[in-house]
Amino acid sequence: MVADTAPSSLTVAPSRSSAFLRIRAWLARRSEAVAIPVGAAALGFLLFGLFLAALGKSPVQLVDIVWRGGFGSPFALGNSLQRAAPLLFAALCVALPARLGLVVIGGEGAIVLGGLAAAAAAQPLSALPALLAVPLMACAAALVGAVWIGSVGWLQAYRGVNATISSLLLSYIAIALANHLIEGPLRDPTSLNKPSTLPVGDAFMLGPMPVIGVHWGLGCGVIACLIAYGLMDRTTLGFAARIAGGNVRAAQIQGLPVGRLIVGFTALGGAFAALAGFFEVVAVQGTANGTLAAGYGYTGILVAFLARQNPIAIVPVAFLLGGIEASSGLIQRRMQLPDATVLVLEGLLFLVVLMSETLYGRFKLFNPHLWAEKRAPVPSARVPA
Amino acid sequence: MDTPPGAIGVETIGMTKRFGAFAALDDVSMKIEAGGFHALLGENGAGKSTLVKCVMGFYAPTAGSVLVDGREAEITNPKGAQARGLGMVYQHFTLVPSLTGAENLVISRADAPAILDWKAERAALSAFMAGMPFRLNLDRPVAELAAGEKQKLEIVKQLYLKARFLILDEPTSVLTPDEAEGVLGLLRAMTDRGALTVLMISHKFREVETFARSLSVLRRGRLVGGGAVGDLSRDDMAAMMIGERVVRPIAARIGVPDAAREILRIEALDATDASGLRRIAIADLRVRAREIVGIAGVSGNGQKELADVLGGQIRAAGGRVAVAGEPYTGRRAQSRARRVRFIPEEPLRNACAPRMSVAENLAFRAFDRRGEDPSGPPTLWLDRGAMTRRAKDLIARFKVKTASSEAPIATLSGGNVQRAVLARELTDPVDLLIVVNPCFGLDFAAVSEIRTRIVAARNAGAAVLLISEDLDEILELSDRIVVMSDGRLVYETAAATAEIGTIGRHMAGHH
Repeated sequence: MVADTAPSSLTVAPSRSSAFLRIRAWLARRSEAVAIPVGAAALGFLLFGLFLAALGKSPVQLVDIVWRGGFGSPFALGNSLQRAAPLLFAALCVALPARLGLVVIGGEGAIVLGGLAAAAAAQPLSALPALLAVPLMACAAALVGAVWIGSVGWLQAYRGVNATISSLLLSYIAIALANHLIEGPLRDPTSLNKPSTLPVGDAFMLGPMPVIGVHWGLGCGVIACLIAYGLMDRTTLGFAARIAGGNVRAAQIQGLPVGRLIVGFTALGGAFAALAGFFEVVAVQGTANGTLAAGYGYTGILVAFLARQNPIAIVPVAFLLGGIEASSGLIQRRMQLPDATVLVLEGLLFLVVLMSETLYGRFKLFNPHLWAEKRAPVPSARVPA
Repeated sequence: MDTPPGAIGVETIGMTKRFGAFAALDDVSMKIEAGGFHALLGENGAGKSTLVKCVMGFYAPTAGSVLVDGREAEITNPKGAQARGLGMVYQHFTLVPSLTGAENLVISRADAPAILDWKAERAALSAFMAGMPFRLNLDRPVAELAAGEKQKLEIVKQLYLKARFLILDEPTSVLTPDEAEGVLGLLRAMTDRGALTVLMISHKFREVETFARSLSVLRRGRLVGGGAVGDLSRDDMAAMMIGERVVRPIAARIGVPDAAREILRIEALDATDASGLRRIAIADLRVRAREIVGIAGVSGNGQKELADVLGGQIRAAGGRVAVAGEPYTGRRAQSRARRVRFIPEEPLRNACAPRMSVAENLAFRAFDRRGEDPSGPPTLWLDRGAMTRRAKDLIARFKVKTASSEAPIATLSGGNVQRAVLARELTDPVDLLIVVNPCFGLDFAAVSEIRTRIVAARNAGAAVLLISEDLDEILELSDRIVVMSDGRLVYETAAATAEIGTIGRHMAGHH
């Protein structure tokens, strides 16, 4: 009842909302999505600093090392950007389904299978010119990823299987399947202590992009983020997906094809994740092997959540996390810290970001609809009258 | 465990509850004598629930105090209220469905031991039940009980917990008229014997007149009147509740149903809900143009499943749903082509995405058409500009009170959410309108406005299927009334010749 009575006091006269107020309201609404994750990330770094101090290490030295190892030199920058490339794709595999209300955390599996599919496709396509063969390899990777993660969506939409759990379990299956194929039928007999598929061949390898000197995966990843943003925020398909994510009952009553939307967007997410594997093969490794499961899929989850599932925000966040990961080796050597240190940092960041999810809509500063009101109603606190 | 030793009186003095600067309850002083049966009337949001929640210790009042039997009682939580003999029965059930009545009673006791001696408990329970006005089978799981029995069990539970002052929050909203009469009659008898005091929140004048001895009326958090039942006429009570506000009368139904144009036709429909427990079998239901067909029934008799089939949320196992002669499954293309609109109950939960803005929610029906025009050609590109323009237009035309079109729709009051949904669904010509409990939880002004819009749609030629648990609403709006019981349509009558008693008997399953 309290919640029912409150909004009746909600009387913002349009006459009072001058242009200044309107702009202020617009700014306020948009800055919430930036201020809260940035604040949360700052808190995460602070907690990590305390953690380091407790170990007797200097947080200041860590900042210095991360700067030098991730961003401070052209070499470090290149290294960070190269690591950011797969994170862009992996994060999209989380962000796209998230708009439909699904938490898909199995991008790692799609990355591994995508890389494997690209490497496997290289052999039958070897007679074709690279300009034709490489896109076909990308298509093969994307198709495998789409089927893999799309089946997560299908299980959720038509069989009620929780997407978080099925995607995680499917990613274990994917990695096991890939290992089996790499060590068995698809193994290059000359790869002795590191089982790999046959090399895709130098002709099919992608060189670096001009000027930046980082492989093409980065540019394509940024483009993929832009495409995903356009799809989500500028098309009616993306809007329909957001309705389904906002309230699946409302979407059904509007007659929207909720099942097909879920399958479509999870499949697209899987295709993007698989492209991360594709670029690792054709631009970095030259062959598919165990290093495909390097954890990009899991870091991608963190990237997507830090970016609030916004495809544009994924770009800077992936760059930041790529930098942190790039400096991990330097952290180990200079500070004598175990290699799990960066995982501790990422875990802390993730926890704080997840906790900050509850803060949206609570700060008066960011929520113009609270300005006119005398008290703050929290939608979740609604009590049935 | 013996029957309560006697009724206690409760008095509030200057009870005030503020949320920020908003006063939900403003200086309410009210005395309920021991052994009284007091009714608390008021619109939604008048402060009735806030008052009883302050008494029960759910809320800490901003100012004011509670006297129990003449002595000031500092009640800071519901346990404290229980210890003083105060008990409350909520609108919704609070029993554990999978446990039996006996188990529910025993676990509700604060002093229940960790290891239960069921033999002793059983003996104590049957001694306790012997002194109760209700006969209940305590060995059946609560899930198998009818709503009336559950409500009785809720009341028995409070008495078992030694409540001598009982607060009932709209106790009959889930009961058939007969069940309601039975339960309230027995409680009234207990107050007459001096064993219990009752404070009942109610909307229903008839119940208040029949069972209560005195009443108070709240409006906007203030006590605006009251007195002995019988001294006040229904008009007096309504006037006190509504105040000076002008309530738009409901538009009269103009014209008669168009017998030649049958819009909705359901034949041999067979469907089961997701849990597989509830099945509906609708043999034959037709709705004609310019006709409102009201489906009456006690909550949980298959109305929700019928609505879910029509809204495309569950698939029929058999039979046929046709709109204008063509099969209908609730797909977007179908509802657009045949101009079908569906307004579900609890619009915020079922028709809106709470965290999306008002403008976005208003766009649900037309976002995929060029220029946000519902009759325009399909488009892939979202037109944000048109979306905002259309939202501002609809907000103004339907008088939706919102801080801005960009505010999340969850920040609106229930009436304004419903206005927004109606604005979205009723702006263009409609051939078939399906509405479910459209006024559930809304205040008087919103109710009359929304009912007027439904009648206006009918007058303009729409076929309307009104599924409602509010019998008054059905009687007021319908051309024809159909009663649903246990998943079937069991009785049909023209509204003009409808007889409440007969409808009630069919609702209760006695036919």
